[in-house]
Amino acid sequence: MSLGHFTFTHLMYLVQSIGWTLLLSALAFVLGAIGGFGLMLARISPRAWLRWFAVVYIECIQGIPLLILLFIVYFGLSVYGLSLPSLVAAGIAMMIYVSAYLGDIWRGCIEAMPKPQWEASECLAFSRWQTLRLVIIPQAVRLSLPPTVGFLVQIIKMTSLASVIGFVELTRAGQIINNTIFQPFLVFFLVGAFYFALCYPLSRWSEAMEKKLNVANR
Amino acid sequence: MSPIVKLDHVYKSFGSNQVLKGVSFEVAKGEMIAIIGASGSGKSTALRCIDRLEVIDKGTIEVCGIRVDSPNVDLKQLRLEVGIVFQSYNLFPHLTVQENIMLALRHVKKQSRGEAADVAIRVLDQVGLKAKADAYPEQLSGGQQQRVAIARSLAMSPKVMLFDEVTSALDPQLTGEVLRVMEDLAAGGMTMLLVTHEMAFAKRVADRIIYMHQGTVWETGPGEMLDAPKTPELHAFLNNGL
Repeated sequence: MSLGHFTFTHLMYLVQSIGWTLLLSALAFVLGAIGGFGLMLARISPRAWLRWFAVVYIECIQGIPLLILLFIVYFGLSVYGLSLPSLVAAGIAMMIYVSAYLGDIWRGCIEAMPKPQWEASECLAFSRWQTLRLVIIPQAVRLSLPPTVGFLVQIIKMTSLASVIGFVELTRAGQIINNTIFQPFLVFFLVGAFYFALCYPLSRWSEAMEKKLNVANR
Repeated sequence: MSPIVKLDHVYKSFGSNQVLKGVSFEVAKGEMIAIIGASGSGKSTALRCIDRLEVIDKGTIEVCGIRVDSPNVDLKQLRLEVGIVFQSYNLFPHLTVQENIMLALRHVKKQSRGEAADVAIRVLDQVGLKAKADAYPEQLSGGQQQRVAIARSLAMSPKVMLFDEVTSALDPQLTGEVLRVMEDLAAGGMTMLLVTHEMAFAKRVADRIIYMHQGTVWETGPGEMLDAPKTPELHAFLNNGL
């Protein structure tokens, strides 16, 4: 494979764009975690209307492609005069999307905690919120780490979709370089290699945590 | 003096299965009462109703002047008066023994860290486990875990303590160490109500024994009633146990 017109400047441009991929990933994860935590609370709430709201939200968002959410937030809102910078639009769309998944993952972890832990806490006169905060969540966090880190890998890869609304992250940077030198195999191979370098350590970490957890539960 | 716990014609069903059919009894201050009976006789359910872990269908339950059957009962107040220990210990696995005891003292009773730590050490000493303060529950034997659970409940200084088959998961040796702790508590004047299969212990330590059969109080009396059961049901129950 010849490097052709691919220069060191192109390589540096790609490397720099990784920073934007990481920034969008972090934004999506942090905002999605806040939304997901709220949805998890709503999902296990004693109030039926809150549970109902969370179920409808999660089902709807999980049934819509992220790309369409990006289009709605970026193009859809601009028609009504609200044109957001592409980073903000991508951040909002991904928050909406990620919170639906994290909310569901975390609800599962909370519900996997043994019922007697709730009962014992109740009998020590803890309120429901105290029980969650002091007894249930600290135990559920351990269980939730492997799937949460696993989903973080998905988030990093999903940020590539933000390229279609003009946000210059790793994928978009690759497109821009390819448009000038037309060496798609080399350019997108490199882009793919960079994503792999970001995701693989996280996948392994998630796997290692899961193995440890299984040993502890045996 | 008014009783600490008073059940009056309590009925409770799970679906079509009627578990309690008009249960009435009283526990006076400082009394230790053992409830015995076959599986399914409703003894554990009666105990759970007292701490409102189950809501009764009919009748009244009063604990330290609190109407437990009232729909707007102050659950926090009730649970500060009542301590309960379960068969499965239910310690918090992510906290050390001392932290297990301190958690409710700090967050429910709003004690300072130092205060709560002192109380924890005092109750651990009482159950003979001061040396295990920094251990995690999984590092303890079943008997030790159960003694920590008793200490955790005791630390809240309840007016009455309920024990739901607390030795049923333990081998005879570990059962002994838990029963000794309970005997000390009784000697110290704690009001106690326990559901148990330990007949010898019940006979020796309890002020009164309640024999439950098919959801009702079938026979009640002092420990000696086990030597001379009045009803054929208690007679059969005691013989099957041997």
